[in-house]
Amino acid sequence: MKRNYLLLILIIIFLVYLGRLARGLNPYFYQILVFWGINSILAMSLNLINGFAGQFSIGHAGFMAVGGYFSSALSVYHGERFISLLNFLPLNIAQIVVFFVFLLLGGLFSAILGLIVGIPTLRLKGDYLAIATLGFGEIVRVTILNLDIVGGPRGFPGIPQRTDLSWVIFWFIICLLVIRNIIFSSHGRAIISIREDEIASETMGINTTFYKVLAFIIGAFFAGIAGGLFAHYLMMLHPSSFTFFRSVEILLMIVLGGMGSITGSILGAFILTVLPEALRGFTYLRLVIYSIILIGIMLLRPQGIMGGKEFSPLIIKKIYARVKENENTRSK
Amino acid sequence: MENVIQQILNGISLGSIYALIALGYTMVYGILRLINFAHGDIYMMGAFLGYFALGLWNFSFPIGLLFAMGGAAVLGIIIERFAYRPLRLAPRISLLITAIGVSFLLENLMVLWVGASPRPFPQKIPLQIYFIGDIVVTNRQIIIVLVSITLMFLLQFIVLKTKVGKAMRAVSFDKETALMMGIDIDKVISLTFAIGSSLAAAAGVLVGLYFNKIDPYMGVMPGLKAFVAAVLGGIGIIPGAMLGGFILGIAEVLVSAFISSTVRDAVAFVILILILLIRPSGILGKYMREKV
Repeated sequence: MKRNYLLLILIIIFLVYLGRLARGLNPYFYQILVFWGINSILAMSLNLINGFAGQFSIGHAGFMAVGGYFSSALSVYHGERFISLLNFLPLNIAQIVVFFVFLLLGGLFSAILGLIVGIPTLRLKGDYLAIATLGFGEIVRVTILNLDIVGGPRGFPGIPQRTDLSWVIFWFIICLLVIRNIIFSSHGRAIISIREDEIASETMGINTTFYKVLAFIIGAFFAGIAGGLFAHYLMMLHPSSFTFFRSVEILLMIVLGGMGSITGSILGAFILTVLPEALRGFTYLRLVIYSIILIGIMLLRPQGIMGGKEFSPLIIKKIYARVKENENTRSK
Repeated sequence: MENVIQQILNGISLGSIYALIALGYTMVYGILRLINFAHGDIYMMGAFLGYFALGLWNFSFPIGLLFAMGGAAVLGIIIERFAYRPLRLAPRISLLITAIGVSFLLENLMVLWVGASPRPFPQKIPLQIYFIGDIVVTNRQIIIVLVSITLMFLLQFIVLKTKVGKAMRAVSFDKETALMMGIDIDKVISLTFAIGSSLAAAAGVLVGLYFNKIDPYMGVMPGLKAFVAAVLGGIGIIPGAMLGGFILGIAEVLVSAFISSTVRDAVAFVILILILLIRPSGILGKYMREKV
């Protein structure tokens, strides 16, 4: 067990270091990688709510906006002060520490909001929940439009650029591990049982409200982190980045990759990060293609590309075992 | 005081438009238990059909209105046939996602076709302004309210007094039993989409008349708000949709007049979350216990 943790930490350090090396890359590819990472975090966190807990939320852009704006406001208004407080550290380390704390605070703020929104709305089922979360997303956007301290409709410029690929990889791994470990724990079984049949799982003694809110809060937390990473990469936020379209885009990622598949979310995020680049120049045609993909998947393969399965290196082992088993049965 | 009455009158015109859209939502929800996200975009398509009929082909206003309603009815049937019917047995979430997809498809096809910029609606009816004391009423407002109320009464008549309406009520009550009684469910659902879509198209043309501006994204917000109106009145209940529409229209106009016009888009959603918490079945709805 202990050796596993050590290995894990080494892998994380290696991957984060890889992110630093990638700075030498073509800036265009670099940016695509950064967005792929951020989109994966968003998709995985939404998948926990939609795919695993079966609660249909379409207000994810709202949580992203909350986390992004909150951490950016901290950076812009208090960043310098906190960095100078840490003057006993070298400047770049102080920046890293402060950015980490601000991102975390953005995520936590988003999670608290998720709690406040989640407790009442998660009593609702299916479509009502969808509309309530959509309404939440719109309320967040309208609130930001009316908040002058973060620029309102003018947008919020002047955010220091702190995010690089290493940060994105770091949070990507944290998100992946947290969600994976939840799903494969007994809590995860409880969450999945709510998706399968809420009444039955309640009868089995599972505190469904608790688990639904838990999934919602964790999802909101990582959406907030993703928002913070996004803001500190672009150095500028605008309310128009967080409309209903953004929520649908995240939804499309998990639907495409497969609801209830973590690797599917990452794959979906990859497709929806690269596809717009390939279709650059056809702005509106791109959106038509998105919607046709969405309808097509629902009609032809509603379970998505991965269909609730995971891709892992172990799968090769499994396939090998199955082939061998087949051979054995045949020889008998 | 005059100002309040004036704003309430404006709210009634806006509310009757919400009510017309909400009727389609409520009918489709009553039958399929589906939030037809594409409904707001059918309203947009209705407005554009009216735009073509009145502007390009120079129809008179009533004919243009009927044309838009007919066109949207066909569109509604096509959407139901090709996007929703194959999923009738699928989980409701798949249906909901498909509806979002259809909504996006309609919007972006229109953007590809006519462009994203707003365009003026052909004004066939010259504006006349009447003064009652200090209160201003335009003939367009009167037309909007009259047309909507006529359509609502027509709908109530169809649903309550005709054989088709009886079939619709039966299907929304219990699909399997209705099927056993020899009702052609597919036909009834198609008809529901046709009627709901034509009401939305009427709302689209009336909005063109009232605000004089249409664009491919005009359906998103009114569509969502009309859904809120349907929930507010009690989803699946036709008089509830009308009531919800009027309440929402008046609330929105009052808020934008007396508090701030920038928060008007949030009003509907705040109302929605409140109603879902206090009385999820809506004002006119009855509480239904879930059976296992």
